[in-house]
Amino acid sequence: MGSLKIEQVKKSFGNVDVLKGIDLAVEDGEFVVFVGPSGCGKSTLLRVIAGLEDATSGRVLIDGDDVSATPPAKRGIAMVFQTYALYPHLTVRDNMALGLKQAGEPIAEIDKRIGAASAMLGLEPYLKRRPAELSGGQRQRVAIGRAVVREPKLFLFDEPLSNLDAALRVNTRLEIAQLHRRLKATMIYVTHDQVEAMTLADKIVVLNAGRVEQVGAPMELYNAPANEFVAGFIGSPKMNFIDGGRLGESVKTVGVRPEHITVDPAKGDWKGTVVHAEHLGADTNLFLDCEKTGMLTVRLFGEYAAEPGMTLHATPQPGRLYRFDADGRAVK
Amino acid sequence: MSKATASPARSIAAHGILILYTIIALFPVLIVIVNSFKSRQAIFREPLMPPTASTFDLIGYVTVMKQGDFLLYFQNSFVVTVVSLFFVLLFGAMAAFALSEYRFRGNTLMGLYLALGIMIPIRLATVAILQLMVASGLVNTLTALVLVYTAQGLPLAIFILSEFMKGVSDDLKNAGRIDGLSEYTIFFRLVLPLVRPAMATVAVFTMIPIWNDLWFPLILAPSESTKTVTLGAQLFLGQYVTNWNAVLAALSLAILPVLILYIAFSRQLIRGITSGAVK
Repeated sequence: MGSLKIEQVKKSFGNVDVLKGIDLAVEDGEFVVFVGPSGCGKSTLLRVIAGLEDATSGRVLIDGDDVSATPPAKRGIAMVFQTYALYPHLTVRDNMALGLKQAGEPIAEIDKRIGAASAMLGLEPYLKRRPAELSGGQRQRVAIGRAVVREPKLFLFDEPLSNLDAALRVNTRLEIAQLHRRLKATMIYVTHDQVEAMTLADKIVVLNAGRVEQVGAPMELYNAPANEFVAGFIGSPKMNFIDGGRLGESVKTVGVRPEHITVDPAKGDWKGTVVHAEHLGADTNLFLDCEKTGMLTVRLFGEYAAEPGMTLHATPQPGRLYRFDADGRAVK
Repeated sequence: MSKATASPARSIAAHGILILYTIIALFPVLIVIVNSFKSRQAIFREPLMPPTASTFDLIGYVTVMKQGDFLLYFQNSFVVTVVSLFFVLLFGAMAAFALSEYRFRGNTLMGLYLALGIMIPIRLATVAILQLMVASGLVNTLTALVLVYTAQGLPLAIFILSEFMKGVSDDLKNAGRIDGLSEYTIFFRLVLPLVRPAMATVAVFTMIPIWNDLWFPLILAPSESTKTVTLGAQLFLGQYVTNWNAVLAALSLAILPVLILYIAFSRQLIRGITSGAVK
């Protein structure tokens, strides 16, 4: 239980088409991440799945049932919001219990589920507190707990980590990953952060301007991007794109990831000058201005003594070049 | 203010101006109250003096209590104000919620139409309102006043509240929908508590003109059984003789209930319960 199918979903606000025909299938137990730049429609798609927005056309099927006309509470979903959205006047316990009470679950069952969820999330000491008395990380755990107790077919996460600071974000990310492993539930997760997407997902859906650009496992997207957009979006720092003509290639654009370039002071394919160097300890990012390729980002592992003004030769690793045609599609 | 930014001269000047303004604003009220405790001669001889042992006189209050049915007038004023306030807040908040929450055709136009009343004084329509009330047999009832005051208060209430309701987190309302709360429950249990400070503001702005109004009680409900306090106080203002003791006493008493209501609402203004809802 817990599969999702989206067929030709379109959504327009007035004249603006936000979703331009989305098809997608999510298998039971999968962790799927929607990722894309702001305004690409990923949150709208999640809201359509939740039933908070009606699709202009198309169908949403949960477990094979068309739920396009079903209210959110009856869809068997639970949602975790970016802003936590806890009920300010209710205690942590009542926040978690409200949905179950509305659904008419017996008290004993509610108590059992809250007990299990709060033990899992470490919320037991806080059950009697109100949201105002909790820290940001605790609030988000309560929001996750509120989703867990409903035992939904589908968990929906709408950028749940965006409001947390960096350290908490890593912890909570870990907790969500463990939660998925323990519950084996189907989860759909929206984020603009590709690190979250790569680390959590079984399957990533890259969205851009209301369309699905590519669907695949994280490594699939990294190693075989279907087009220029996905190639540029997945991976950090961003992939270098070089005009094909400058390299004597027949394709429009050639891409090479910063981590797939080696440098040497003496010899190499592309001679260039260091414009800026970022020393991160584990990595060194160099920005090279090369005669042949223009600006190039190079990511070197470990420390590398480079200073602005230095001359270096960059060489792409063999077999690590990506080629794209005039429409941005990958050329195999 | 921190020590680094405070300058004694500026601080004194600011306090001086504010104290002066407070005195000017409170002076008439103070004079009314002070003089209401004095005998008639003392009011005219030394209007600015506080009552002394020889000039202290409760004759005004005694007259008010004896003459006319002042307790009833108070009750009428109170009923009209509270009931009107209730409807203004209820319907105003509901309309504001609909305008801010739901996308429907003509939403903006409807919002403008509902706010139009702020710019057009309701008294322009007095004749039409009177005809309407006569035709519907509501003249000399408190219902007539409640209806008029509700209409009078709604535009501002909707205008202010819809702005505040737009500020209520969408996520919170959506969380409620996913938990299976009805739109009414979301409105009453989630949204209203969060806009309580705005509701208190609207309540204060709505309440005071209603309590102080003389126009509509005079025209729509001047009968003995429906008189309000402001109308009742007119009893003592004659063309030739005015019973100042009674007028001042009636006015002093009229301040009390509205002051209590004001204090009750302004506590809400200060107390923010919204923290912790989001972020």
